[in-house]
Amino acid sequence: MTGVWAAAPHPVVVADGAGRVVELNEAAARLFPRAEPGASLAATTPGWLAEAHRAAVASGTVDEPVRGEAGEHGYEARATFSPDGDVIWWLVEDTDRRRAETALVAERKRTALLVEAAGALLTTLNYDRCMEVAVRLAAEHLADAAILVAPATGKRLPVAYAIRGAQVTRRTLRADPAEVPGLSEALQGFPPIPSRWIDPGRLPSWAVPEGFGGPVGAVAVTPLPGHGIPAGALILLRRNDRRGFGDDEEVFARLFAARAGAALSAARVYADRTGITEILMRELLPPRLRHVHGVAYAGGYRASVRSELVGGDFYDVHPGEDEDAESLVVLGDVCGKGLEAAVTTGRIRTTLQALLPLAGDHLRTLSLLNGALLNSGSTRFATLVLASAVRAGDRVRLRLTSAGHPPPLIVRRDGVVEEAATRGTLIGAFPDVQATTAGVELAPGETCVLYTDGITEARGGPLGDIMFGEERLKDALSECAGMPAEGVVERVQMLAAEWAGDHDHDDMAVVAIGAPQAGRPEAAGRRPRGEEVPR
Amino acid sequence: MTASAPDRSDIEVLSARLWDVVRGGDEYAAVEIVLSAVDAGLDAESALLDVIAPVQGKVGVEWAANRLSVAEEHTASAINDHVIAALAHHGSAPRRSHQGRITVACVDGEWHALPARLLAETLRLRGWQVDFLGAQVPVPHLIDHLHRTGPDALALSSSIPTRLPAAHHAISASQAAGVPVIVGGAAFGPGGRYADRLGADAWAPDARAAADRLAEIVARPYVPPAAHEPLDDLPHLADQEYTLVTRNAHRLVAAVLAAIEERFPAMAGYSERQRRHTAEDIAHITEFLATALYLDDSGLFTRFIAWTADILTARGVPAHSLALGLDLLAEQLTDFPRAVAMLRDGRAAVPLAR
Repeated sequence: MTGVWAAAPHPVVVADGAGRVVELNEAAARLFPRAEPGASLAATTPGWLAEAHRAAVASGTVDEPVRGEAGEHGYEARATFSPDGDVIWWLVEDTDRRRAETALVAERKRTALLVEAAGALLTTLNYDRCMEVAVRLAAEHLADAAILVAPATGKRLPVAYAIRGAQVTRRTLRADPAEVPGLSEALQGFPPIPSRWIDPGRLPSWAVPEGFGGPVGAVAVTPLPGHGIPAGALILLRRNDRRGFGDDEEVFARLFAARAGAALSAARVYADRTGITEILMRELLPPRLRHVHGVAYAGGYRASVRSELVGGDFYDVHPGEDEDAESLVVLGDVCGKGLEAAVTTGRIRTTLQALLPLAGDHLRTLSLLNGALLNSGSTRFATLVLASAVRAGDRVRLRLTSAGHPPPLIVRRDGVVEEAATRGTLIGAFPDVQATTAGVELAPGETCVLYTDGITEARGGPLGDIMFGEERLKDALSECAGMPAEGVVERVQMLAAEWAGDHDHDDMAVVAIGAPQAGRPEAAGRRPRGEEVPR
Repeated sequence: MTASAPDRSDIEVLSARLWDVVRGGDEYAAVEIVLSAVDAGLDAESALLDVIAPVQGKVGVEWAANRLSVAEEHTASAINDHVIAALAHHGSAPRRSHQGRITVACVDGEWHALPARLLAETLRLRGWQVDFLGAQVPVPHLIDHLHRTGPDALALSSSIPTRLPAAHHAISASQAAGVPVIVGGAAFGPGGRYADRLGADAWAPDARAAADRLAEIVARPYVPPAAHEPLDDLPHLADQEYTLVTRNAHRLVAAVLAAIEERFPAMAGYSERQRRHTAEDIAHITEFLATALYLDDSGLFTRFIAWTADILTARGVPAHSLALGLDLLAEQLTDFPRAVAMLRDGRAAVPLAR
């Protein structure tokens, strides 16, 4: 080889149209020791280069570089044509670049997996679902099968099983985690311990998922760090007997365990908190109303703060002892919103329950409630309506007393809407209570509507920021003549909510007391349905 | 069903009888009709879906045709609700649930709970554990419920097209919480065409189909769409026309009302109530326009306008007042090309004045 490139650091090979080597430089001779001018390219260089040469000769062009291995290194080869038709192959070693590229692809794949895993784990705050996601991911990426063991509750051990490519199953076992070596320690969450490879022969039968098939080759117990909250542990099963993680697997396994542990502990905290809230709210939520002693009751409630279910409005129906005794209905509004107001409504409801034997005298009941509220040190005051209802023939007789509350509205059969003539002072603000009681009778199909000012003060409407107002409420009610109590409540709630639209509104509560029409089962004294299904 | 089970025509007769007593407001008779049919061998799912559901469908039709008053419509729905409750507590206890757990809810702002209730009862009969959340469920409450109970799927019901943006919110939030969503109800358009656009996992035309589809959905593991934003479903929202029309809806209504008074002298003689109705009509049109912008579907708006024109004509109100409203709205929205095009399409759907 002549010219300056004879000593070039990169291999250069010239070959003719017949596939014979014409000349080669020193670097090429070192790489292909058997190649020399006149030798066959196919016999003395790797197949990929000879193949590329045949293709180049046949087509007369080489657009893309080709690449392959030679010796212990990888090369990229580009071709040019000499004026006499020979092909000159220029080889550049690219081993390191290839290695970097391969590592990059692997790294990207691992990152994508972690992102996917973190995303999937973060979707749900439900502990059981979270277990299912975590165990499925573990079986897909870390082992042939995985078992996620949650911290025991009493003697019950919640477990989720996953075999790669199959459905996840969840069980609650009566099993002792100590049967799996290292599992109890892993479940404790502290002190931190590493993954531990254990003897597959020591696995109890419950620690192998049904349908795994074949022997277990290797088993690891991996704690899931919950940082203060026990999050559980993974048992990873392999069909082959290779113990330990490779370098790549090790990194992934640790990151995965951290993510899964964080997600599971968050789900556990959420479940604990919502469990507590649910129990407290059960007491604060308004009751579902039914027909009692031949009188129809219906109630509806929508809390103001959109993320809370309870607030400052409340209602209750306390059934009379028998058909001839009055039932007491209370609807009220504690000033303020949210949980704090709800606590005061709870206090008022409990106090009124205790005062039921005195409900024959509304004013006395209100005075005692007022005293109790003032003495409780609560700074909140309330307005409310007491309604005592009893069936008299086919009519319903009512005594209505307002304590600082909008007076109840009476919907007559002909659509006339009357305001009950009752006025009184609010509760929990002044030492003395004054109130007048109105007597009202409902004919069949007539309804008495108790509501809180969340309805009338709802702002919205087609032009925005206009109050729903009493007039609109009365108009709406006049269309409700003859409707059953539930229908009236639903209608009022619907119109007020539609009026408010997306505007924030105060708590809204409505109770309807109705005299049933003939032909309704409550009028016939028969109630064919049982408890309503809770919403 | 037993050997004495009623056949197709018996069921139609039964449904017609139920309609008569529901129409007459006789709850007692309504409960008796359905319960005695079940005692005589009618299966409970058929009672729900072939007897009660058609009656409820007819309630909607009759109301739309102005043959039922508001009071009668609410009364009929309340009676149907009672009949469903009575049926749920009648006869054999529901099968122990091994199928899984489903949450059934109405979209926020959706008051028609009966279709969802029919589905809830059907699913219970088929052995599912069902949480029925009822009418108008705000998204935060819904999502809280999903995290708390971890259901296998959410069934979401909506009958009013203007609730579709709220439905989209609920669908994407539920999926982000790892719960697949099946939707149903008239809101999702003919053939459920909007279900797919809003990214729902499935749509079903009725309760039976929904129960079948749910069994399929739950049978395979659900992998929520990764890093999915609600905007990915509806890229046209980037032009903000929906946002701006919604945010300024009240101002739009006020401006159109003022312009009508100026150009439509008859309005000076309107009563307060008539003015209020006009304002509500314009607000309603604006709401449908906004929904059509949200879905980028001119057909939704056009169908609403054609339907409104029919109703107005039936009530003896000249439909050209509707055309005037659309023109005035378009004048207010000149900077909104998609809105203007939809208003033009809607305008073409208004019959010419006689």
